[in-house]
Amino acid sequence: MSGPAADTGVRQESDQRDEWTEVIPADRLAQVGLGIVFILLVLAVFGPIVSPYDPATQDLSSRLEAPSLTHPLGTDQLGRDVLTRLLHGARLSLGIALAVTSVRLVVGTAVGLVAGYAGGWIDEALMRLVDTLLAFPGIVLALVIAGILGPSLVNVMLALSVVGWASYARLVRSSVLSVREREFVTVARLLGHTRTHVTARHLIPNVVAPVVVLATLDIGGVILGTAGLSFLGLGAQPPTPEWGTMLASGRTYLRQAWWLVNAPGVCIMFTVFGFNLLGDSLRDTLSPTQSAQMEQL
Amino acid sequence: MNGWHLSKRLLTMGVVLFAVSLLTYGLIFVTPGDPARTILTQQMGGQSPSQAAVEQFRVANGLDDPFPMQYARWMGDVLRGDLGQSYYSDQAVSAMIAQRLPNTIALAVASMLVAIVIAIPAGIASAVEPGSRTDYAAQLGALVGISMPNFWLGYLLIIVCSLWLDLFPVAGAEGPEYLVLPALTLGSGMAAVIARLVRTAMLDVLDDAYIRTARSKGLRERIVVYKHALRNALVPVVTIVGLQLSYVLNGAVVVEVVFQRPGLGTLLVDAIFARDYPVVQGVTLLIGVVFVVTNFVVDLTYSRLDPRIELGGEPT
Repeated sequence: MSGPAADTGVRQESDQRDEWTEVIPADRLAQVGLGIVFILLVLAVFGPIVSPYDPATQDLSSRLEAPSLTHPLGTDQLGRDVLTRLLHGARLSLGIALAVTSVRLVVGTAVGLVAGYAGGWIDEALMRLVDTLLAFPGIVLALVIAGILGPSLVNVMLALSVVGWASYARLVRSSVLSVREREFVTVARLLGHTRTHVTARHLIPNVVAPVVVLATLDIGGVILGTAGLSFLGLGAQPPTPEWGTMLASGRTYLRQAWWLVNAPGVCIMFTVFGFNLLGDSLRDTLSPTQSAQMEQL
Repeated sequence: MNGWHLSKRLLTMGVVLFAVSLLTYGLIFVTPGDPARTILTQQMGGQSPSQAAVEQFRVANGLDDPFPMQYARWMGDVLRGDLGQSYYSDQAVSAMIAQRLPNTIALAVASMLVAIVIAIPAGIASAVEPGSRTDYAAQLGALVGISMPNFWLGYLLIIVCSLWLDLFPVAGAEGPEYLVLPALTLGSGMAAVIARLVRTAMLDVLDDAYIRTARSKGLRERIVVYKHALRNALVPVVTIVGLQLSYVLNGAVVVEVVFQRPGLGTLLVDAIFARDYPVVQGVTLLIGVVFVVTNFVVDLTYSRLDPRIELGGEPT
């Protein structure tokens, strides 16, 4: 097809109008996202301290109790308080998400800086590695790696870190390539500054914003990935109060105890939603020019 | 795009495919401990195998050869269409895949349809009145859809549609009615992503000169939107839908487990837990290859549709 159709490439969608900003102000959205994340952090830190129950203590006399005043979200098949377990699960999920995202960010940024700055065969080799990792749907590769290492939460974290740094590397490399040719970098080099100095003072500050945006959007993905792999039985093992694991053990009781799958489900969705909202509005505010590129990630 | 760029892209794809196969095959060597012993222990139901049995298994499966030789032999077989034998059943891996593949393809196609049916009207409704309540609701819905874990959505649908309303069967893959809930689960997540793209594409198009022309000709808004704008907005969307294959394959694994559908996803998960490495390798390789080739085709289509897109430089 030719003519007007050719004018509609999605890759040029850097237009501001596309973004949420026009619906409600971006800072308001960021506030809602931040609010959700903040509430979750507070719940994760203080919830387990406040709760009168223990996440692991079984009470077989009160199995599968429906939500009530004593157990606001009911009890599970072993009589454990679901709300308490979810609060402990929040600690796990947020902790894992931060750890995995940090590893991805650090490794990916380092690789991207090296590839973009070194160029030549180093760049070529690193980028083919990135292509290979991105050649698999993320969860499938993480699933295989975690499965081969053996079911455990640590192996899931390892698997998600190994498969996830590639998009950071690609993003950082392309930022470096565009910044490298700008005058201030050339000037810095002509002034006789070392590579390390140029990288630290001029390159890194200019790639930080898009990387922070990607990391915020990535946190939701990591939470979904951890919960998904745990749901499949590869991550946390019972009795660990991990959200995906709890959901998986609740599926036997769909009929008798609907809250067992839905409570952790709501938690996962709410958390991911909060980070996505924050990431979306950060993207619009921090790096409007890069938003088209980021949307592909 | 000229021939030189095309051959460069093809070469890059070849290198990536080689790396994908190397990674797929090499993965089992990451296994903590001796794969032969692990597999035998599993086959014997937890009993510890004798040293002689381990040796014999290793020789029989070529596990004592150096890695490059094992890889070359495996690759040679793969190129002839032989993905090896399952460690547990006597079935060929390719036969197991062939048996499960139709179910996964059916799920992929059905959920793609669900996604399109939800996403296109939602995206249009958003774009014709940007900033309106409808737009706000559609965008919020899309963000919720993106944040929704599909294993939870699956159970939610089972509880409401199967247990309470008794509309659809809970699990299995015996007929078309078994496809409805899995397709809804997988399709609604995809719909969220596509709806955002439709909105963006429509907003771009609605601003174009030929739309103003159509409007000033006095055409009704309906006709302008559906006949002129939508048709052109769909061009990039169709391409992006192709890229959703990654989402389908990721999601199919989980959704097939939720609805206990025999497909590629359940085959992979079962094989991982059983440490049936030939099956794991076969399915992983297939997914990797399909994914790489699809992305290549999508990139090519893209530059065909919009000649301004230069593919020569960076593979994206």
